[in-house]
Amino acid sequence: MTTLLAVRDLRVVIDGLHILHGVDLDVAATGVTALLGRNGAGKTTTVKAVMGLVPRTGSLVFDGADIGRLPTHLVVRHGIGYAPEDRGIFAGLTVAENLRLAERDGTPAYDLVFELFPELKQRHRQAAGTLSGGQQQMVAIARTLLNGNRLIIADEPTKGLAPKIVTEVADVLARAAETVPVLLVEQNLALVRRVAGQCAVLADGRTAHQGDARELLADEDAARRLLGVGSHRPTAAPEVTP
Amino acid sequence: MNTVVLLACTGLGLGALYFLVASGLSLIFGLMDVLNFAHGALLSIGAYAAWWAATDGGMGFWLAVPFGTAVGTAASVLLELALIRPLYSRPRDQILATVGVGLALPALIMGIWGADARPFPQPEALSGTVRLLGATVPVNRFVLMAAALIVLVLLRLFLAKTRYGLIVRAGVEDRAMVTALGIDVRKAFTLVFAIGGAAASLGGALAGLYFGSINPGQGTGLLIFAFVVVVMGGMGSVTGAAVASVGVGLVQQFANYYTAAGLGDLSVVVLLAVLLLVKPRGLTGRLA
Repeated sequence: MTTLLAVRDLRVVIDGLHILHGVDLDVAATGVTALLGRNGAGKTTTVKAVMGLVPRTGSLVFDGADIGRLPTHLVVRHGIGYAPEDRGIFAGLTVAENLRLAERDGTPAYDLVFELFPELKQRHRQAAGTLSGGQQQMVAIARTLLNGNRLIIADEPTKGLAPKIVTEVADVLARAAETVPVLLVEQNLALVRRVAGQCAVLADGRTAHQGDARELLADEDAARRLLGVGSHRPTAAPEVTP
Repeated sequence: MNTVVLLACTGLGLGALYFLVASGLSLIFGLMDVLNFAHGALLSIGAYAAWWAATDGGMGFWLAVPFGTAVGTAASVLLELALIRPLYSRPRDQILATVGVGLALPALIMGIWGADARPFPQPEALSGTVRLLGATVPVNRFVLMAAALIVLVLLRLFLAKTRYGLIVRAGVEDRAMVTALGIDVRKAFTLVFAIGGAAASLGGALAGLYFGSINPGQGTGLLIFAFVVVVMGGMGSVTGAAVASVGVGLVQQFANYYTAAGLGDLSVVVLLAVLLLVKPRGLTGRLA
């Protein structure tokens, strides 16, 4: 496995509280790398720390470049697209304005975005705050696809979405991952099983496991120990068509 | 009827002055979460720079106003770069710094030009009166209204049509997410300070016209009402600030005239309290 983003000993302290105690993470240069763990394990903080949205220490090497001390906007300009957990949509702005804000170079890939999300073209002038949750997630993902990013980080893109929409989002992620590597934070293990190659599992702010995603999910004991779920109970997760 | 028209025009002129101060204050707070207590000092800088240019500087009124505005804008940018920017992660210190500047600058002005009011030169064309619906209204009221209206239109065009306007509107909603799209939001901070400083110092120069004279404490006095306007209009909303400015200016004038002098100022605070009770998030529904 070639590593695109290497995270070593990532630590985050917020208001005197130690959130991350040393996370190691290798994001593969191809396909989807899943970041797993129970609630509160530090998944969202880890990706926020990578983006420079929370104060962090440790080493972050992205394609040979040290991005560990860069402010957020410069991390992004290295070619990292970020779709945050709460989607980060500007509710008062139109869909078109949300997308225009994300343009970083002269040739934004609107063709690709509208091919993947034809709905966004129809709703161009609609205020993003009036979109459904699924549509807002589409805007969030579309913003990461507009620029020629070299890595996309998606934090729980299927959270709170209807099963049918989860399938749509999964399709888009799988499609995007054919050309751009994706770091995916996800609780929906059925989706992880479908799209992810590698995975890392966090527990209590540390890396508890790294390896092949399907192997981990096939190992019932390990899955239960690391994730608190039995992977033989796919009914617990929303249905995803293979 | 005459009195009502005159009071309305005077109130609208005052409201225009409030808007020139409050619009920048509102944008700065909305985008940067900075309560700029030095904003009144920027108004005073504009007023004294315009006054100096029109008297000692030998410029005519029409050159003195842009000169005062330019000096105030430069001071505002300097304030952001030298004092606000290094303190971004320390909001409490930021407030203290702006309070300090807000106290020090009027004191400095007082030290140089004295505490007494200085008569502000009135150009021939703007010193007369016009008859409106039977009332005799000073022309300068309309100058202020026109200036505020132009600033409102320009601000709305800036916010709606330009990329930086888009960045400001997005930043008012979620600053961190703007940076997470690869945008250096600090440039927008400096720009917003420049815009706010320009509007406030223009207000300062025109305040000289409106009141007939300028004094070192004028800016700070106006700032209090500008804060009321910002809270009423909703933090970060330029249109809300415009509506609230008109309301505050009118209520203040009418109440001061028809009740006891001074009650008008009090009634503004009562108006604010009532509005916050009925609509806790301000006129525009934004966080107040």
